[in-house]
Amino acid sequence: MRTKRVTFRHRWLPYLLVAPQIVITAVFFLWPASQAIYQSVLREDAFGLKTEFVGLANFERLFSDSAYLESFWTTIVFSALVAGLSMGIALVLAVMADRVIKSALVYRTVLIWPYAVAPAIAGVLWWFLFNPTIGIGAYAMGQLGYDWNHFQDGNDAMALIVIAAAWRQVSYNFLFFLAGLQAIPRSLIEAAAIDNAGPFKRFWSIQLPLLSPTVFFLLVVNVVYAFFETFGIVHATTGGGPGNETVILVYKVWRDAFEGLNLGSSAAQSVILMVIVIALTAIQFRYIERRVEY
Amino acid sequence: MADITLNHIRKVYPGGVEAIPGLSVDIEDGELCVLVGPSGCGKSTLLRMVAGLEEVTGGEISIGGRKVNDLEPADRDIAMVFQNYALYPHMSVYENMAYGLKNQGTPKAEIRERVNEAAGILGLADFLERKPRQLSGGQRQRVAMGRAIVRKPQVFLFDEPLSNLDAKLRMKTRVEIRDLQQRLKTTAIYVTHDQSEAMTLADKLVVMNAGRIEQVGPPIALYERPATKFVAEFIGSPPMNFIPGHAGADGVTIGEGVKLDDRPHQHGEVSVGIRPEHLVRDTAGPLSVDVRVVERLGASGNVYGWVEQTGSELVASLTDATLPQPGETMRMSVDPAMLHLFDRETGDRLD
Repeated sequence: MRTKRVTFRHRWLPYLLVAPQIVITAVFFLWPASQAIYQSVLREDAFGLKTEFVGLANFERLFSDSAYLESFWTTIVFSALVAGLSMGIALVLAVMADRVIKSALVYRTVLIWPYAVAPAIAGVLWWFLFNPTIGIGAYAMGQLGYDWNHFQDGNDAMALIVIAAAWRQVSYNFLFFLAGLQAIPRSLIEAAAIDNAGPFKRFWSIQLPLLSPTVFFLLVVNVVYAFFETFGIVHATTGGGPGNETVILVYKVWRDAFEGLNLGSSAAQSVILMVIVIALTAIQFRYIERRVEY
Repeated sequence: MADITLNHIRKVYPGGVEAIPGLSVDIEDGELCVLVGPSGCGKSTLLRMVAGLEEVTGGEISIGGRKVNDLEPADRDIAMVFQNYALYPHMSVYENMAYGLKNQGTPKAEIRERVNEAAGILGLADFLERKPRQLSGGQRQRVAMGRAIVRKPQVFLFDEPLSNLDAKLRMKTRVEIRDLQQRLKTTAIYVTHDQSEAMTLADKLVVMNAGRIEQVGPPIALYERPATKFVAEFIGSPPMNFIPGHAGADGVTIGEGVKLDDRPHQHGEVSVGIRPEHLVRDTAGPLSVDVRVVERLGASGNVYGWVEQTGSELVASLTDATLPQPGETMRMSVDPAMLHLFDRETGDRLD
């Protein structure tokens, strides 16, 4: 199909019109990205007096550094848990909301609110809820016989950042799942009901397979979110602790640069994260274009 | 095999819209019952209530003597063919047909046998591994049929199953459905808004209007003696002509003393119904028709024009040899026995 083409008589007008977008991309992406790449091959002393070119030494050092590899592992566990938890809860809520007929709008609107809360605020919220001394969540857990203390217990700390990160993402996933469910023709569900499939069976054998493109899309989006957008949550709740139990990659980038003042290593970590996000985006586009086969 | 009884069925939607105010029909075992009517007349709602997809507000539905009002669709022993076929897009043709049996816990070997049998009947044997989107419209329609017949249900429900097919395929599939239903002798309810589908398929034809039954009976009886003006207009193509007239002691007249029938009546002001196919050219005929448009269909043709004496619109179906030219004025007559007289106020049949 041929799309309509607008032709400009003026030679510079089209360039002028796309210029703002190009300027924004250049200033906020291309320039910092190239700075990161440039810095990742340099070594700078703590006072910034002297820099020297070291090639790939920063990268080599990172991959032989057990702390970095541990952080990598922490991030993988963290993002798997965040994606799993937020998508699981969102799916359950969406399936229920799909059946609600009365006051569906109110229900949906309320469920979407958490997405409007900034990650750092969400972090603080959950930090208060689960604070071992003043938090009502921690108190409730204490009543149930569990001694919650994310300042001491690495698993508690991980659970806290997973909950805080997933909570916000539930809304987003919910929206997509609900839209996906509502796009499935009603008559398919009815045909399955006549074909002796109960509600649970219908969900597993009809709705979920038809939802698989949405599931895949959200999986990538959630992993990207957990990898890159959760700095605020970690910073506001655990600060990476106890020990290094909750130091995820983005947090480590920040800490190594601004607390450790190791700019070269931090830049190298940024470059690695950049490669990961580019890879994820590529996978995303490739599959979204073709849709998941069903 | 089972008969279906609908006893004073009511449907009121939340918000108080009464779709069906109370309707009763008996469908005998092995019969194909067609529900026909204009869109919004409640025919689909009725079918969906029999299927269990729509709640019944009042009355009783029983299948094979068993009250099914509160049963789940799966427990009613029915199969339904949807207008959009509702094939499961992620399953192959085989899986689509096997799905219902699998859920019933039928042994694998038997599923294979029954699906293969159905596929053989419907000419789908070569397509069993394909996905629905790789099939043509007609093939999809047949898969939907196959999904219904493999389960050997007591009742088939068809919800406008041919409306997504092109005209030629629709005729062909119509015959196939009739043939299949007669062979299997399964009771069926078939919903359509197409009067020719209704005429050709039905054992029992139910004409519905605004949630009420206008008339029930064999199609030919409805054609020959429509009980109301609505049925007369709905059944038959092109539709029946209506000319205002007078049916008194001096016979049936229209306009200024144009006599169509000598026999005395005592109905007064009436609406005279004349089927287009009962009009013939006759130089001594009482009707004078101004021809406006002539549709030639080959063996026959439709003539559209006005009755000069009354100004009423008129359609006549004539054999090709007797077709006039547009702009001509022709005389026509009609066999008095073929006239239908309706009350002008209520639309009810008068004789």
